[in-house]
Amino acid sequence: MAGRKNNPAPEPDPQGGNPDSGSGSERDPRAGGIPNGGTLGGAGTLAEWLTNGGEACDVVLSSRVRLARNLAGHLFVHRAAKDERERVLQTCRDWILGANVCDRIMWVDLHESPQLDRNLLVERHLISKQHAKGKPAGSGGAVSPAADEPRAVAISIPDERLSIMVNEEDHLRIQMMHAGLSLEECWKHVSAIDDKLEAGLDYAFSPKLGYLTACPTNVGTGMRMSVMLHLPALKVTGEIEKVKRAATDMNLAVRGFYGEGSDAIGDLYQISNQTTLGKPEGAVLTELQDSIIPEVIQYERHARNTLLSKRRAALDDQVFRALGALTHARLIAADEAMQLLSLVRLGVVLGIIPNLSVQAVNTLFLLVQPAHLQRVLGKEMDQEHRRIGRAAMIRERLTK
Amino acid sequence: MKCESCDNEATVHDTLLREGAWVEVHFCEACAAKQGIAQPGASLNDLLTNFVLPQIAGEAAKRPKPAKARTPVCAECGFTFEQFRQAGLFGCPSCYTAFESLLLPLLERAHEGAMQHVGKVPKRITEAASGKESVNGARALAERRERLEREKLLRRQLDDAVKSEQYELAAKFRDQLQRLLDSSRAADPSRNA
Ligand SMILES: [Zn+2]
Ligand SMILES: [Zn+2]
Repeated sequence: MAGRKNNPAPEPDPQGGNPDSGSGSERDPRAGGIPNGGTLGGAGTLAEWLTNGGEACDVVLSSRVRLARNLAGHLFVHRAAKDERERVLQTCRDWILGANVCDRIMWVDLHESPQLDRNLLVERHLISKQHAKGKPAGSGGAVSPAADEPRAVAISIPDERLSIMVNEEDHLRIQMMHAGLSLEECWKHVSAIDDKLEAGLDYAFSPKLGYLTACPTNVGTGMRMSVMLHLPALKVTGEIEKVKRAATDMNLAVRGFYGEGSDAIGDLYQISNQTTLGKPEGAVLTELQDSIIPEVIQYERHARNTLLSKRRAALDDQVFRALGALTHARLIAADEAMQLLSLVRLGVVLGIIPNLSVQAVNTLFLLVQPAHLQRVLGKEMDQEHRRIGRAAMIRERLTK
Repeated sequence: MKCESCDNEATVHDTLLREGAWVEVHFCEACAAKQGIAQPGASLNDLLTNFVLPQIAGEAAKRPKPAKARTPVCAECGFTFEQFRQAGLFGCPSCYTAFESLLLPLLERAHEGAMQHVGKVPKRITEAASGKESVNGARALAERRERLEREKLLRRQLDDAVKSEQYELAAKFRDQLQRLLDSSRAADPSRNA
């Protein structure tokens, strides 16, 4: 199996650039650079979870399944010195790029990427904040800034469904993200990729405790399933607190748009499993996909219908005020934009606002984020200029 | 510092996983034992000898002081359990074996009481298990798993019996648990931590 080494870049690079060279910023996006915010409106470059609606897309933005895996015989990342991290990175890179995990794959060495590019990947949910920052090396290694620690991400392009983080908290974090409620597809897809990777990488595994992870909260399946939900009506009616409590009682985590510690900006919530030991992947899947998430969806839809039938004038007022603010503001912060976009999205799915697509609103959720905004506008800007530029971009996109 | 469950002085300090977050807890020895918290270096057996059994016999006052806390070390990577508590992360995959006895109560809390992996297994493991030699391995695994389940159940029953002051019943569970632990040690020397 070690002999099966394909061309490291499954797709030849038409620009002649080295697909393995550090930052994607100097590469043509068509050839596999970091997804370029400036071309997001164009065909084929938008992440799949934003362009496709998917099942229950009135409430569910995306589904994700990630697997934590580590290589046997190596220290976990936080404890490993730079040279060991480099060896792990090399081993993983050789195998990931050769294992035919998807048609086209892009490799980004994050320790050689500019911060803006790393932030762009965070905003697209392709790497974690922690991975963007890096982790300081363990004892014994040469002291170097966390941001220089060898780490990378491999991303399937152009769909951006697959991302494999190397040297995050675990050696490998394999993530699959699809549009709408699609946990089963995500699980099948990511498990198949995991099979290809384990054929060449010796995973740390114990028959008793399963896949061994740096943190014991992930040991066992190493699997986290999560669904990103838009719950504006439950927020308005105050019932969101009930959902949160019920989820916590069922050992589920409820987090905001950008994961741990982030508030539910834009009424976007991620619900995910926490238990990874003693419960097989299929059981977690059934529980979330067939029971818990559909209940939350019904709950939100019911709240929306109640607003429509009992508080229509107030609902219309809120929705159109939000649209008015977005189309007339001259300075706007990302959080405020997200909150207003949430109401506009609600207005669109309920048919209150005609001539605007859910996808257009979903896309704006992403484009108003600082790194995307700066990429779209083609320059780095201070906060005030970002607010001006953000307001202008939103106006242009919502009024054309 | 006072115990979280009663007014005694807290002498056992631990870091536990609660709802996915690490929290500091402080208990007196008796309450710590009820919570299933071991002193660093204490095996389940020590826990029983030092805390649970004397309580049953009504000798709590006379029980021996637990040995001064030793912090176990992973032979593979040199990580100590103390370092793990601080980092919340292990040093290497072997840490799971090195700290197994201390880890199980933590895992039980973090994962709805489970202590045995079920779910996906790498193909190389399944394939190895389909070989002749590993059929025995698989059987041993199943037996070990069963023992662990039984151990877990007995610990619960013992705990409940002590809580409800049914000491005769508790003594019965204690004896059963002791026999199980003895036979486990005979069958599986790796648990002799
Ligand atoms: Zn107490
Ligand atoms: Zn270790």
